[in-house]
Amino acid sequence: MKILTGNDLKSGAVVWWDGAGWSLQVNDAVDVGEDADTIAASEEAARRVNVPYAIEATRDSQGVRPAHIKDRVRALGPTVRPDLTLKPTEPEALDWIV
Amino acid sequence: MYKYDNYDQQMVDTRVEEFRDQAKRRLEGKITEDQFKPLRLMNGLYLQLHAYMLRVAIPYGTLNGAQMHALADIADKYDRGYGHFTTRQNIQYNWIKLEEAGDLLADLAKVEMHAIQTSGNCIRNISSDHFAGAAADELVDPRPYAELLRQWSSFHPEFMYLPRKFKIAVIAAETDRAAMRLHDIGIQIVKNDAGEIGASFYVGGGMGRTPMIAPQVREFVPLNQLVTYSEACLRVYNRHGRRDNKYKARIKILVHEMGAEEYTRQVEEEFAHMLDQGVEPPLAEIERLRPYFADPAFVDGPKTCDRSDPDFALWVDRNTNRHKHDSYVSAVISLKPVGGIPGDATAEQMHLMAELASKYSFDELRVMHTQNIVLPHVAISDLHALWTALEAAGLGSPNLDTIEDIIACPGLDYCSLANARSIPLAQKISERFAASGKTGELGQLKLKISGCINACGHHHAGHIGILGVDKKGTENYQLSLGGSEAEDVALAKITGRGFDEAGVINAVETVTDIYLGARNEGERFLDTYRRIGMTPFKEALYD
Repeated sequence: MKILTGNDLKSGAVVWWDGAGWSLQVNDAVDVGEDADTIAASEEAARRVNVPYAIEATRDSQGVRPAHIKDRVRALGPTVRPDLTLKPTEPEALDWIV
Repeated sequence: MYKYDNYDQQMVDTRVEEFRDQAKRRLEGKITEDQFKPLRLMNGLYLQLHAYMLRVAIPYGTLNGAQMHALADIADKYDRGYGHFTTRQNIQYNWIKLEEAGDLLADLAKVEMHAIQTSGNCIRNISSDHFAGAAADELVDPRPYAELLRQWSSFHPEFMYLPRKFKIAVIAAETDRAAMRLHDIGIQIVKNDAGEIGASFYVGGGMGRTPMIAPQVREFVPLNQLVTYSEACLRVYNRHGRRDNKYKARIKILVHEMGAEEYTRQVEEEFAHMLDQGVEPPLAEIERLRPYFADPAFVDGPKTCDRSDPDFALWVDRNTNRHKHDSYVSAVISLKPVGGIPGDATAEQMHLMAELASKYSFDELRVMHTQNIVLPHVAISDLHALWTALEAAGLGSPNLDTIEDIIACPGLDYCSLANARSIPLAQKISERFAASGKTGELGQLKLKISGCINACGHHHAGHIGILGVDKKGTENYQLSLGGSEAEDVALAKITGRGFDEAGVINAVETVTDIYLGARNEGERFLDTYRRIGMTPFKEALYD
């Protein structure tokens, strides 16, 4: 599947297109298919997101997983600071990145 | 240390308001990201993996207690309670909000700090010897000259849009503690045969994807021509440096392709042309700057201390440097606890370091390019009290220049350019060697890790260097040996095919075992490598 990501313009936070808006949770990301460029252009124009771009990902029973490690680090947070990730109480969540 | 005059303060304050307005216009949609990006980069604001990142300039790595307190307050107020000290003697914050960036810069300006020219294709923060003004082996304090060049290079209209970024280091000792010859311009303050002080110029060094050691282009530039010669070096680069390919745009490529001899000829020609044009500030200006760097009021005291506590004695042996006044030392606060993140400090630790600087080091601190902090002037009689306070705060690791004192860039955990993570590797290697008890036995061993070819972790200059690469979507690590950023400067050579994370940690241990088995009395790792060559290491790693 193809999902859309970017950084929130104001906060810089990593965000994912959920079909209606931007979510902090990669699991909310939806397949944008061929619409990535159109959504990206309109959302950037609306100043809701900074430099959005499409990436490859898969969805399985555990949720959405970006194909590339860089995007998985973006999705969860720095592996060296589990306390600052989106799942600070689940240190094993870092295994999902590598 | 240098104090802003009204002109400096007005310049920085004006820039803060200018950026505040630029950010506001970006948030209001009046300018696009393409238009805003070069503006925010000129103010040190990057967009990194997780958020905006702000890099704050710490000129030649020198700061006072109030400034360190302010950096701590910023970590608490605008970030997540910590900061990361970098290999250019700066500090970075990883979680900055664009809508708060103007307020942050205003807070910085209150303590005479800013983030100007910490990014972009301009002259970056000038770096220097972290023991400047304190070291027993220096000729003079290099910081007045670094400050002169800082003022010259700040907002210099001719050099705001260079072909690529430009880094200058200034030292004044034979011992190079600033990786001087791995800079675009490296300047060593020297004394000539007539006993006059001047500057030796090295141009065209650097790391990155094409590492180069800067050749000397002028053995001696009189101090009253320092700025003019620097300007001539920049001007030839600005004229001929490539702008069509960012990977070939650094001055090292120009000097290499043009040839050092031809580059030097053109610099000398430009220099001769400029000499009568009044580029050079009057010598009175350097004399105006010098008192800012005057020695504090040292007092004679004990030359030795009670070493009966072995942990304290070990820290003294490893983490202090000989001072020009024999009742003092420079003390290094390690930001490399075993298993920790190299260069990271919490707001609480920053506040403590500021307080200790006030109490024990004439209110002065330095940032090392090795991502540690120096208290430059500590009375030997105060050392035990200082160490006790550091120990209690987890800042007393006795590991300067050992295999646990690893330089690591932020890597893929934070950096959008990175291909692999650096920090976890540093953590695991320090844990491995601390657990094995070999750290002391190995002696001086500089290990440096970069998460991509841009080499912010200085892997080319590591006695052992590690470069993280992307191998079909997985992290892979190339090992290299024999580099040095010091006066025995050398570029490390790759051992062979790369390793996964566990593999490269094992490989580091293998390499150190070969060293321990082969070394002669008194040899550092680097000495043994240079004597026996790469072959025994390669055989152990790959056969």
